[in-house]
Amino acid sequence: MRFGVVIFPGTWSDMDFHHVISEVLHQPVEYLWHRDTDLSRFDCLILPGGFSYGDYLRAGAIAGRSPVVAALTDFAARGGLVLGSCNGFQILCEAGLLPGTLMRNECLQFRCQPTHVVVDQTETPFTRGLRRGQVLKMPIAHGEGRYHAETNALRTLRETNRIVFRYATETGEVTSAANPNGSVWNIAGVCNEEGTVVGLMPHPERAAEPGVGSTDGLLLFQSLLGSLVENGSVLGR
Amino acid sequence: MTGAEPKVTPELALAHGLTLEEYDRIIRLLARDPTYTELGLFSALWSEHCSYKSSRVFLRRLPTRAPHVLQGPGENAGVVDLGDGLALVMKIESHNHPSFIEPFQGAATGVGGILRDIFTMGARPIALLDSLRFGPPEDPTSAYLLGGVVAGIAHYGNCFGCPTVGGEIAFAPEYARNPLVNVLCLGLARRDRVFRARAQGVGNTFLYVGAKTGRDGIHGATMASEAFDETSAQRRPTVQVGDPFTEKLLLEACLEAMATGAIVGIQDMGAAGLACSASEMPARARTGAELDLDRVPQREPEMSAYEIFLSESQERMLLVVEKGREAEVQGVFAKWELDAVSIGRVTGDGILRARMRGEVVAEVPVQALTDDAPVYERPRARPAWLDAARAFDPRSLPEPADPGGTLLRLLAAPTITSKEAVWRQYDHMVGINTLVWPGSDAAVLRIKGTPKAIAVATDGNGRYGYLDPFQGGALAVAEAARNVVCAGGRPLAMTDCLNFGSPEQPEIMWQFAEAVEGIAAACRALEIPVVGGNVSFYNETLGRAILPTPIVGVAGLLGDAERRTTQWFKEAGDLVLLLGDPVGSLGGSEYLATLHGRVAGPLHPLDLDRERAVQAACLAAIEAGCVRSAHDCADGGLAVTLAECCVTGPRRLGAEIALPGGSRLDELLFGEAPSRVVVSVAAEARARFERIVREWAVSVIVVGRVGGDRLTIRVDGAPVVGLEVAALAEAFGRGLTRWVGGLVEQPSEDGA
Repeated sequence: MRFGVVIFPGTWSDMDFHHVISEVLHQPVEYLWHRDTDLSRFDCLILPGGFSYGDYLRAGAIAGRSPVVAALTDFAARGGLVLGSCNGFQILCEAGLLPGTLMRNECLQFRCQPTHVVVDQTETPFTRGLRRGQVLKMPIAHGEGRYHAETNALRTLRETNRIVFRYATETGEVTSAANPNGSVWNIAGVCNEEGTVVGLMPHPERAAEPGVGSTDGLLLFQSLLGSLVENGSVLGR
Repeated sequence: MTGAEPKVTPELALAHGLTLEEYDRIIRLLARDPTYTELGLFSALWSEHCSYKSSRVFLRRLPTRAPHVLQGPGENAGVVDLGDGLALVMKIESHNHPSFIEPFQGAATGVGGILRDIFTMGARPIALLDSLRFGPPEDPTSAYLLGGVVAGIAHYGNCFGCPTVGGEIAFAPEYARNPLVNVLCLGLARRDRVFRARAQGVGNTFLYVGAKTGRDGIHGATMASEAFDETSAQRRPTVQVGDPFTEKLLLEACLEAMATGAIVGIQDMGAAGLACSASEMPARARTGAELDLDRVPQREPEMSAYEIFLSESQERMLLVVEKGREAEVQGVFAKWELDAVSIGRVTGDGILRARMRGEVVAEVPVQALTDDAPVYERPRARPAWLDAARAFDPRSLPEPADPGGTLLRLLAAPTITSKEAVWRQYDHMVGINTLVWPGSDAAVLRIKGTPKAIAVATDGNGRYGYLDPFQGGALAVAEAARNVVCAGGRPLAMTDCLNFGSPEQPEIMWQFAEAVEGIAAACRALEIPVVGGNVSFYNETLGRAILPTPIVGVAGLLGDAERRTTQWFKEAGDLVLLLGDPVGSLGGSEYLATLHGRVAGPLHPLDLDRERAVQAACLAAIEAGCVRSAHDCADGGLAVTLAECCVTGPRRLGAEIALPGGSRLDELLFGEAPSRVVVSVAAEARARFERIVREWAVSVIVVGRVGGDRLTIRVDGAPVVGLEVAALAEAFGRGLTRWVGGLVEQPSEDGA
């Protein structure tokens, strides 16, 4: 599977995703500059974490309007896969590719810590190889990770089964104590209607190797690669 | 020379922080009166912060050479060979005075400055650590400073994308109006691609890159070279404002530009901005600089030559580019949307010559600004109060009636207690290199593409510095190295930040000289070269100085990252052993300060040979794979160390401990002494461990066994401490949340 990792001015998890995809998953991966618009050679694009444009205005606001994100919209419409993590999730929301918005953490501070999320749906290529109710341990590192959406949007998300991850305890219980940032309904990640664009606040690339705290993040990628093999082609194309 | 500038008089020189003797010296060096702009240059370059005029004679005593040192003091950071074609770049810097005036930006720009010192050498920054000192947080001003500094460090480091992986925070009344913010940065570079700050090659171009120049921070260097008084708050305009996003762009652009091969030399514009880089770079290369100040990108209208030279606007670098290759480098900066403007060229006449609107506004030999800066050997005098302070006998105090309660109090004391409320605000994982997170003795970072890892720690104790500056200096080195060893690292090099009061006070100058001697002695004994550092004088307000606080950062190498070791107990059934003396001293201890409000008494003697042996033994045992945990025994003594071993890990484990009798309970439980490590080993590894340790002639005793949910300490069979691990965890874990915990999390809406 051909991966592209998008770099905006201020992104820094690009190197981390590149490392995992290349050195751990042994998949072809390239960097994309935010001005690039030719995405045809990729199967899956990653919008990594960071402080694109310094989080000025709003996190992801400026990046959400860049040429590569416009091209991304077409890419996703044609069935291309997109994973946005942390700032990447913020950008996807700002670009309208995912519903909702990420606001300042309820504690009003940046938080870097391990969290657990429970897998709420297994229809996306990133979660297809997982079990509903499976608990993944992945770290967060953000000051603006509090997911919020209007009541109608939330209802739609629930009814169309598009809440993908929710913050939970180690045993999978969705409690307020397990919610690190005040996200409504403990939502940690959502997807688009087709299930081809997934955004999540945690950092799967930071939980992909032994020794760094968890390898659960790898499961999203392995699920993705499993999808490829299963269908013989990328889902939806 | 421009007629618009004020006339230079002796009074003006004094107002610039120069002495009359220094002013005379300038006139002699120039063979005429300086212009106003030139006066500005001298006042900045000859300030204590830039010239080290009061400290140079003593710093020469520090050992700086070793086969693996590629660059010692003299450049923007030190460079150490790691093997495999890689080099470690390291430096520590202070930003104390700005952090008192404006804690958020003061700390943030401190981080920004040290990051630039690292990437100006061609290294990508991989880790930050910060060593902080404040007054007790119960004082609202100190709590405000603590919160602001932590938020500033988090803001800059997180946005830039370099993990903050360690450090330390201590509190004492002496820091109340003079907080300390010392920031250490590590970077990785290719050994054959290290850059230096030299303006080599006559005819080459000076290229200014980065943010535009404004009026912020003018005389920041001078401000850092003076003590505070009632008017200190008015100095707010001297504090720079940082932009970590621009710095991130600057990092990427610089590294990309360096890869073109067109860059001959590079220096960041930090303290004293363009004035400093435009004089130091030619001085090192024995060349000169011809500058056209009109070409400097400015973000405010009608800036004067003086202001352009002295501005400390952040996120700017001065490059020397091979003549003819400017466009190549400018193209890189254009991609990252940063200014890259040619502002002059390298000359061969040793003069810094600057023009503005066609006229020469400054014409100074670069050596006059740098190598010919005054060097002072100021008067020193042993403080009259020192003997009395040391003479206090802690044994005159009653022994603790409730050792368990005392232990809980110490675990909750701000200097000892958990700092998690602070470091969870720092992204400590970005880069996916952090193998050991904050909260253990030393952070450990892997070196991707190799089996190796780096361990790094910072340490310093102001109380020790106060009671015995020589030993305080030596102990800072010993403790930082010991912490690195406890993580499994072999110490490679160190960088020091020396924080003191006014060098114009003979007693403080004496403390400084002693501390440097102590550091030198420890570095020699432990074979750790000094590759760079920083001196911060004038940390005092209204005549009251801080505790003499030398802070040392040590970096070490693990040949095998899998041997990394953390401080907490791992498995029930493991044996607990103590390397070194079981009994410490109360002089200068946290116990004495917190429970009895005193900083007094004699320190426990330091035997550097023994320190060396303990470290070597511990490291050998770790490398042989027979150690489950290792924790350096420091603030609070043995009981605190044991309690920390129980509660700082992901699993909480109790222990049954038996200590030898025959000494005072307080000295045994809470006394402090160097050269001690608490280790836990699997029962079946005990014999091998003891055999290795005995090769180094280090004393080791088994003190107990891990297990259960209580920490029980018996002396001569009788229990003196019996506490549930949950109680220890509660006292320690509450930590600093009261002051930097953020808003209490409220329950979110219950979803369906």
